[in-house]
Formats: sequence, C-alpha cells, structure tokens
Amino acid sequence: MVEISDFYSETPVQWCPGCPNHAILTTLKEALVELGKHPHEICLVSGIGQAAKLPHYMPCNFFNGLHGRALPVATAIAVAQPNLTVIVTTGEGDCYGEGGNHFIHTLRRNPNITLFVHNNSIYALTKGQASPTTPPGERRSLNPDGVTQPPLNSLGIAILHRAAFVARAFALDRAQLKSIMMEAIQCRGFSYVDIIQPCITWDPRPLDWFRKNVKPLDSSHDPADLKKALELALLPAPPIFTGVFFKTTDRPVFGDDFLMEMGVSSLVEPVFPSDKDVLKILEQFR
Amino acid sequence: MMDVNVVIAGAAGEGIQTVGSIFSVAAAKCGLAVFSWQEYESRIRGGLNSYSIRISTSLKNAPRRDADVLLPLRKEARKKYRSWLNPNGLLIADEQDNTDGATEIFVPFNKIAREKWQSPIYANTIAVGALWSVIGGDFEALQVAVEDEFQGKAETVIKNNVEAARDGYLFAEKSCQGICPWKLEKRPDRFYLIAGSPAIALGSVKAGCRFMAAYPMTPATGIITFLTQHRKECKVFTEQAEDEIAAINMAIGAQFAGVRAMTATSGGGFSLMVEALSLAGMVEVPVVVVLAQRPGPATGLPTRTAQGDLLFAIHSGHGEFPKVVLAPSDPYDAFHKMVRAFNLADKYQIPIIVMTDQFLADSQFSIPDFDVELAKVETFIASPSDFSTYKRYSITASGISPRLYPGQSKYLVTADSDEHDEDGHITEDLDGVAVPMMEKRLRKLQSLRREIRPPERFFMEDDVEEVFVGWGSTRQAIFEAVEILREEGKRIGALHFTELWPLPELSSKEEFFPPKASITIIEQNATGQFASLLRRELVIRDAKSMLFYSGLPVTAQDIRRRFYGRD
Repeated sequence: MVEISDFYSETPVQWCPGCPNHAILTTLKEALVELGKHPHEICLVSGIGQAAKLPHYMPCNFFNGLHGRALPVATAIAVAQPNLTVIVTTGEGDCYGEGGNHFIHTLRRNPNITLFVHNNSIYALTKGQASPTTPPGERRSLNPDGVTQPPLNSLGIAILHRAAFVARAFALDRAQLKSIMMEAIQCRGFSYVDIIQPCITWDPRPLDWFRKNVKPLDSSHDPADLKKALELALLPAPPIFTGVFFKTTDRPVFGDDFLMEMGVSSLVEPVFPSDKDVLKILEQFR
Repeated sequence: MMDVNVVIAGAAGEGIQTVGSIFSVAAAKCGLAVFSWQEYESRIRGGLNSYSIRISTSLKNAPRRDADVLLPLRKEARKKYRSWLNPNGLLIADEQDNTDGATEIFVPFNKIAREKWQSPIYANTIAVGALWSVIGGDFEALQVAVEDEFQGKAETVIKNNVEAARDGYLFAEKSCQGICPWKLEKRPDRFYLIAGSPAIALGSVKAGCRFMAAYPMTPATGIITFLTQHRKECKVFTEQAEDEIAAINMAIGAQFAGVRAMTATSGGGFSLMVEALSLAGMVEVPVVVVLAQRPGPATGLPTRTAQGDLLFAIHSGHGEFPKVVLAPSDPYDAFHKMVRAFNLADKYQIPIIVMTDQFLADSQFSIPDFDVELAKVETFIASPSDFSTYKRYSITASGISPRLYPGQSKYLVTADSDEHDEDGHITEDLDGVAVPMMEKRLRKLQSLRREIRPPERFFMEDDVEEVFVGWGSTRQAIFEAVEILREEGKRIGALHFTELWPLPELSSKEEFFPPKASITIIEQNATGQFASLLRRELVIRDAKSMLFYSGLPVTAQDIRRRFYGRD
C-alpha cells in the first residue's frame, strides 16, 4: 500500500510562498497515491524553469535535464521501459517556447507519457519576460508597449494532432485537477494537460480574476468529438475553459510495434544479436 | 602484381552507383582486393560525380586519384575527368573523339541500347560489360554480380541485363585486342567488401546498442539507414528525430533508462548536440555520438570529406567534464571502436565521440577477416543487491559512482543538469558539495588517460629520419606513401592515432619519437588541429604540418608530391 507519506521529501521547496505550484505538487502526490503508484515506479522528467524543479520535491526517479528538452528524454525512457510511469512536468516557456518543436513532434509520435504544463503565462525565473501564452497587450520587460503576438493555442494544436488525451485544469481547483491528473496518467499514449497556474509575483491579474474567469466545460461535452473539442479550444479567452477536451484510443503508441516484433516488454531485456548473428549479417558483404 | 584504378564518371542519378556496384562485386567475387571511394556533388540529379574502384591482388585500401581506366557515362564527364587518366590509361568511349589524345576503347553503349532494346536503360549494363572486358575479367563472374544487383526484379529484367552485359563485354573484347594489358585471374581469397557506415552500425549492434535516434545528415545517415533496413536482424530501435537536439536527448534518455543508445550526425548537427553533450557530462549518463566529418564551416561542402572538427569535438560542451574522442581508421577498426566506445561510455558514464568522415563512411574497403569476437562487450551497470542504501552520485575515489537505472529496483535513480549533491538534488552549497562533485567527475580522467591506447607504429626503426603522424581515416594513404618513399630510399616511419582524447600520458617526447627524427603531421584540415593538440599535450614544439583541405581524400601520391615539393 502506498501512502502520501511515501511521497514526503526533505528537500526544501524553492517556490514563492503561496505559489499555485504548491497545490499542483500536493495534488500530483495525491493522484499518484490514489493510483497506487510507488515512487520507484515513477519517472519524472523535466527541463528548466520553476515547474521543472518539481521532481526534486517528491521521492521518485527523475531526469531534470535541459531547457525545453524534457519530451525527447521522456519519449526515449518510455520506449526503453514501458513499465515506468513517465510524467513530464514543465512550464509553458519550456514546453511551448524553447521546446516547441519537440511538443509538436511528440504529438505526432504519441509515446506513452503524461505531460503537465504549468502555464502561468510568464517567464518567472528570468524575472518577468513574456511567454508564448502571455495575453496580448500585457506590458513585459521586453515588451514595453505590450505583447503584440497572439498566444499559442497549444490545446488546439494537441487536438488537431489527435493526442491521446487533451485537457486543461486549474491549479486552484484541486478536486478537478486530481481527477484530470489521474485520468491522464492512466490513459495510454501521449496525455497532455495544460494547468492554469497564475503567477503571484508577475501576473497583473489577481487570483480572484482567475477564480472568476476559469470555468469548467459543460458536462455535456463528449471528449470523443474532435470537431467540438477544436471549436472549444478556438473560443476567445476569457473565460478559460477547463476539463477534458479530447480523448482517443485509436492512435498506435510509439514503440509498441517494435517491442511486439521483438517479443520483449522493454528494451532493457537482453536479446542482442549474438556474434553468430552479427557474422551472418556480415556475410552479405562477402 | 595487379593494381588497376577504374573511374566511372557521370551525372548523379545516371546510374554510376549501379555500374560501380556491379563492377566492385564482380571483382570481389573473383577474390581480388577491391577498394572504392566516391566523390559527389550536393544534388539529387545532375552535376558530375565519380566512383573510383581500385582492384589489386594485394590489399590496397587507399584511394587513388588517377585512372588506369576511365568510363565517362556522358560527354561532360569525359571532359571533366580526362585529366585523371594516366598517360597509358584507357578510356571507354561511347562516342569517338580523339581530340583529347586518349587511347579509346570504342563501345557505343547508348546507341546499342537504343537500337537493340529500344530503351536507354540498358546502356549502363552494356557499359559495365565493356568495363569488365577491358580489365580482362571472366564473364561468368560478372553475370553473378549482375544477377545479384537486380535480384528481386522481374525475371525478364534480370535476363535482359545479363544479355546487355554480354553485349558490352563482347563488343569491347574485339576493340581490346592488343590494347588491354590486364588479365584478371580468379583468386581463392574472399574479402569482406564493406564501407564505414554499415561497419559502424554493426559494431554498435555487437556492442549491445538497442536504441538509435538521428536526424538525417550527410555523411552520417548511412548508419541509421542500415540499422533500420536490417532491424529484424539488428534488433535496434531506430527513430528519425525532429532535429539533432531531440536525437541526442533521446539517446541520453534511453541510456538513463538502462539501454545502450547512440546518435550520429555531421558538423552542423553536432553543433546542435553540444549542449546535450555537456548534459551527459553533468548527469553522468553514457552516450555514444558518431561525428561524421565533412568540410565546414556551416554547411560547407556537404558531400566532401575533411578532418576539420577535431578540436571542436575535443572541446565540445560548456563547462569541464571528461569525454573520450576516438577516430577509427577503416571499417574493421570502426566496428571494433564502436564496441570500445560503448564499453568506455558505460564504464566511465561519459559521452564518447567517434569521429569518422565522408571518406570512411562511403568508401568500401576489403577486409580479409572480420574477427567479431575480438571486440569484447563489457557492461558496468551495478546490481541493486550490492547496496543497503543508494546514492546515484556517491563520491568515490575513482570518480565513478555505481550506476543503477530507474525501474531496476526500489532504489531511486536521479539525474540533474544543475550541480547536485550525491542524491542528485540541486545544490548551491559551493565548497561543501559543488567543488567535491566537480572533482569527482574529473577524477575519471586519471584512469582514462591510462586506458587510452598508444598510436600504431609503422616502420619505426632506429634509422628513421622523419616520422609522419596521422589520425583517423588517412591511415592507409599515409601507410602507402611511407611504403613508396621508403622504396625510394627515404628513411620514414609513421605513427597513427585512433584514440585522440585524452591523449595518452607521456613522460617524454622520446617515448613516441626517435630523438633525431623530424615530425610531419598529416591531416585533412587547414589549420593543423592535431598538430596543435600534440604541441600542447605532448610538448612537441618542432612538428611541421602537411595539410590537405580540398574536400577530396588525401592519396599516397598527394603526400609523396608534397614531400618532394617542399624542398
């Protein structure tokens, strides 16, 4: 039996006091406990930024790598060891900015990983520059006249590419966040959750603005309906809708065909060709 | 002794590959040593390219840039490559043209194809038949090679091609009489005819590599192509990454998860990988990167060859961390070096760069015997039962911390690109943690230096007055140059390095070099990179450089000409 105390960590948390990241961390631990996942069965992967520090704050296997590069690392870990629960925790600058190319191609690959993007619409650690999701008009240190580019529609992109699971959650609605997290982790394939995580230091909008403007999707929405999901993702914000936008099981999971062909359950299993096999391949050159 | 260099020239997409391949295989099947190399332009069709095939009765795995037989598949190719033809060389002419003074064997392969087959597609097979006839080959052997080349195609395609080859063969036979000096005799030898790329791929298979991600880039692409096309036998999971950054991060991810993994690229792609190379150094995850060099800077000459990335590779990555740079000399060495690369990466938990180049990647060498057992696979992943508690980055005397992988046991395995403590957690404790952790990683260099193999020595007898020094794929050209010069009475020896970083520890210069010998360092770059490395690391101040950087592979005759020309 796994308990919440199994996820207690002595490492001091370096987030600002009161940051919604704390809520995301606590909720993730609860979701993992409810799913019965032990720390050694989990591998967290992250890049650089505040969200990327999360793996340090709970006991588990983790790979805290380079800025924007969590997804390729996670993809390879998931193929190498399909039994690990691979979760990527990243920020929107890390995932959509520096790592935008990998985000798109991970959607195409559909590896069995879960991606949680802590989306606070700001580059917080580098002290307040705009991010790919900063609302237009907002004045930022490198946009003194206000941001002019429209925010990246990451949900729209994910739905268009038929990701296995596409959802948005709100860090301060922990009940909904937990249920979405659990569903995302259980879903096989690439599960993507954009988590609205207001920055209490840099965001000009107070937390109450978010409480008013973040709204759950109508309960009648059917996540199997791609067209409707896309329509919802294209609606202008606010309001910012949360819930499961899209879900599909019809995409093959990256690496499954190879493992099946080789008759192994992971790449760690030793089925290397023998010296005799290597010589046999070499015979083609003689 | 037979030593004939045949050059086939024409436009890309014209069938040079088919002609060259049939001809090489036919010669190899007759038991001759075959060496082939190619130079080509960066375009899909058109341009002018050449495929050189050196056929000899003794092993000559070195390029020549002079032709005993020249087969231009079109008029423009005749014009461009005419200067390669030796004074007594033969040109196989599709259209007669005696204005350039070449001795012609007239075989109108295009005309025969049009008239007999109503199709130009048989022209190349007619040409290869003629070529085979010119060097005095036995038709049966050519027939087998033609059948091999077209296997899997319709029965009539094979039959027609064999007949076309015979047409060319018989036509040339008549024109050859009294002109062609060669008679190709069958020999009992049976060489492996293999290029660098498949040899590297197979070396990684032998090493137990199970994962490769790469972004296509000439001349590295052949490795992942081979592994993918032979995936049933090689059992390596391959993925075409969206870019080189993803490719190396994937390889590192797979290695972190306990799987031997690699990537391969060329200059520009390697530049993109460098950040992750430094990551591998910090998180102490092994990774093998093949760097197939071509001339730069930037996109440079994408299909040509060079040794211009040596110092970049040695210094690649921000910050300080141990790494190893290897540079195999030929496909056989490349096969074994890949096993060594994976073993060293695993043992020291560091990145290993294996440097090849377009010349080694694309050229086919004759290998007498492929001893695959000689390369021993060693693994160093620890056993969880050895620990009562586990710290991924425990400080040790050797600098090597026992490595487990996630999912292997209940022990947690961590990796952090930030400076970290023994558990892998971020630290800002400078003196207490950061300094000892840096020193731990760098301690690996001490034993690595002892593990690096010394250079190979050729003709290093006491009377040696000059030592040629080379590295990587220029080995055979330098070796052949030394042989020729020694026959001409010059007292020359040679040292050849295939393990370049770290350089082996030397107490004095005399350990490598005879005290009075002068030193000439031969490389395919414009700034003498290996020379400056030797000067810096081995305190050799008086070395001269002999540099080649045209994008073509250096030949023994190039070295010989430069040797005499400098006086």
